[in-house]
Amino acid sequence: MSENLIEFNNISKFFGKVIALKDVTMKLKKGEIMCLLGDNGAGKSTLIKTLAGVHKPDEGEIVIEGEKTVFDSPKDALDMGIGTVYQDLALVPLMSVTRNFFMGREPLKGPPFLKTFDIEKANQIAAERMGQIGIDVRDPSQAVGTMSGGERQCLAISRAIYFGAKVLVLDEPTSALGVHQASMVLKYVVKAASQGLAVILITHNVHHAYPVGNSFTVLNRGKSLGTFNKKDISREELLGMMAGGEELDKLEVELEEMNRINN
Amino acid sequence: MSDKSKSITSKKTSGQDERLKEVSKLRLLLNRPELGAVGGAILVFIFFGIVAGDTGMFSAYGTLNFLDVSANLGIIAIAAAMLMIGGEFDLSIGSMIGFAGICIAIPAIYWGWPLWVSIIFAFAMAVLVGYFNGILVVKTGLPSFIVTLAMLFILRGATLAITRLITGRTQVPGLRVLIENDPIAWMFATDTFKWLFTWLGSMNLIALRTDGTPLATGIPPSVIWFIAATLFATWILMKTRYGNWIFASGGDKNGATNVGVPVGRVKISLFIGTAVAATIFATIQVLDAGSADTMRGNLKELEAIAAAVVGGCLLTGGYGSAIGAAFGALIFGTVSMGIFYTDVDTDWFKVFLGAMMLIAVVFNNYIRKRVTESK
Repeated sequence: MSENLIEFNNISKFFGKVIALKDVTMKLKKGEIMCLLGDNGAGKSTLIKTLAGVHKPDEGEIVIEGEKTVFDSPKDALDMGIGTVYQDLALVPLMSVTRNFFMGREPLKGPPFLKTFDIEKANQIAAERMGQIGIDVRDPSQAVGTMSGGERQCLAISRAIYFGAKVLVLDEPTSALGVHQASMVLKYVVKAASQGLAVILITHNVHHAYPVGNSFTVLNRGKSLGTFNKKDISREELLGMMAGGEELDKLEVELEEMNRINN
Repeated sequence: MSDKSKSITSKKTSGQDERLKEVSKLRLLLNRPELGAVGGAILVFIFFGIVAGDTGMFSAYGTLNFLDVSANLGIIAIAAAMLMIGGEFDLSIGSMIGFAGICIAIPAIYWGWPLWVSIIFAFAMAVLVGYFNGILVVKTGLPSFIVTLAMLFILRGATLAITRLITGRTQVPGLRVLIENDPIAWMFATDTFKWLFTWLGSMNLIALRTDGTPLATGIPPSVIWFIAATLFATWILMKTRYGNWIFASGGDKNGATNVGVPVGRVKISLFIGTAVAATIFATIQVLDAGSADTMRGNLKELEAIAAAVVGGCLLTGGYGSAIGAAFGALIFGTVSMGIFYTDVDTDWFKVFLGAMMLIAVVFNNYIRKRVTESK
């Protein structure tokens, strides 16, 4: 009966005495982009790994399409439609676009026991999928190493969607990218959401998150500072809420001071 | 890695990125890993064609001679190349050859086993050794260089110790008489296409002995195994899911694991592959010589790796080809035999081998940069 695609209810995770996450709650609907903001050490990585089935939460529950779920392994999470794109993207630069796209899940053809990798079909799907994002792969047999950072990110996202992701978890998809490349990736993320996916975008860059997010959850030292709808909060308020916010205010004051002295 | 599809290439006429020049066939060829080895082989043949063209090196007998040497090396080089593509080394190949040799000879001569049972026993031992190598590397996370270096000493030492313990010597002769009528041994000991050579001899197209039989009697079994191994390995690498997993495991272990590639299983199977290839090498040589020697296969692991590197395999894994390794072996075999037909002292062979490897590594490094950074 729940209209939420995925719910995280009061999730906590402890490593020995260290409280990595405490009572984190998030809810996502289809087509929604939620940005998870937090500075380094806020617990983002732990949360991603809990989403991806790498860690089991010590407290709280994960609810997918109204049903309580426990992920025993990353494969479980994948089977439930949680597609996680890690920062390292799981792409092999020396391998072709096609071979990367289908890595571990190659389409097969031929008789039983003599099944071969259906490279023609794989090439066609890979080129088609990349074309939909507006990336023209001249030749799907070209090495991924020849692609730009943004193109690689899009390839990894496109792969996750093709293999049945309903919830996309993106770990710092724009952190290593220039403005142009980042906007290409964000445009694609918005497009994916408009097709009915729920997207969890993890970032520490408010300027990348704010234009695309529908809601924002701020993590600080393992705790959620709350989830805010876009209309309820400004970019500056968000920035202030992240651990870096106060320090940035301080920096601003100091800079003004310096300017005053110089003039 | 270049899986070209006609339907894709024909579709790319509209909406093409204006910054890109049309990629020529030549450029695509330049990006293939085996290019260096094929080019090198052509150069080697041209060289010996000029300096040794009239010496009998390229007669039927001479050709089969250098092909036989190349083929023996090629069988282990291809397995070594596949393992290198999968991101690991096997330094125990040479010791495995010696070990497999006595695994055939001692049961057959001293324990009275039929030869074919001894051969199967040797292959079973190879699977065990390969599995042990693989599981050690995968479970401990130690570099395969170290693990298999240890296995190099263990296997060679065990071979020597066991042989001397049982036979009191380091050689086990007397196998030749067992080959006849054996249900398996012929696969490793019979020359093929004999009729062709007999016919060529009767037409006086190839050199004959004084009794009228041709000097070259047929294609040696090593060459057949070599060709079969090249085709099989290439098919696996280019056309199967397992082949894609090999590239992925060697290219980025963590990435491959994250998308569900069973990296551990892939690597273990590749270690079994090198041990089995060493055993094929050993079986052919033992049956050809009629005896097993504890020192057989000494340093072969390094020649196999050298051939794989000349053939375009990167030492860091994830890149290379079986055809390249085959051509790398062909270069070494041709030069090691061809040098007898020239005025050059054969002592220089190792110098050549080393120089060839250096050039290959520099060249391959350049190729890899082109492939991954040609934005």
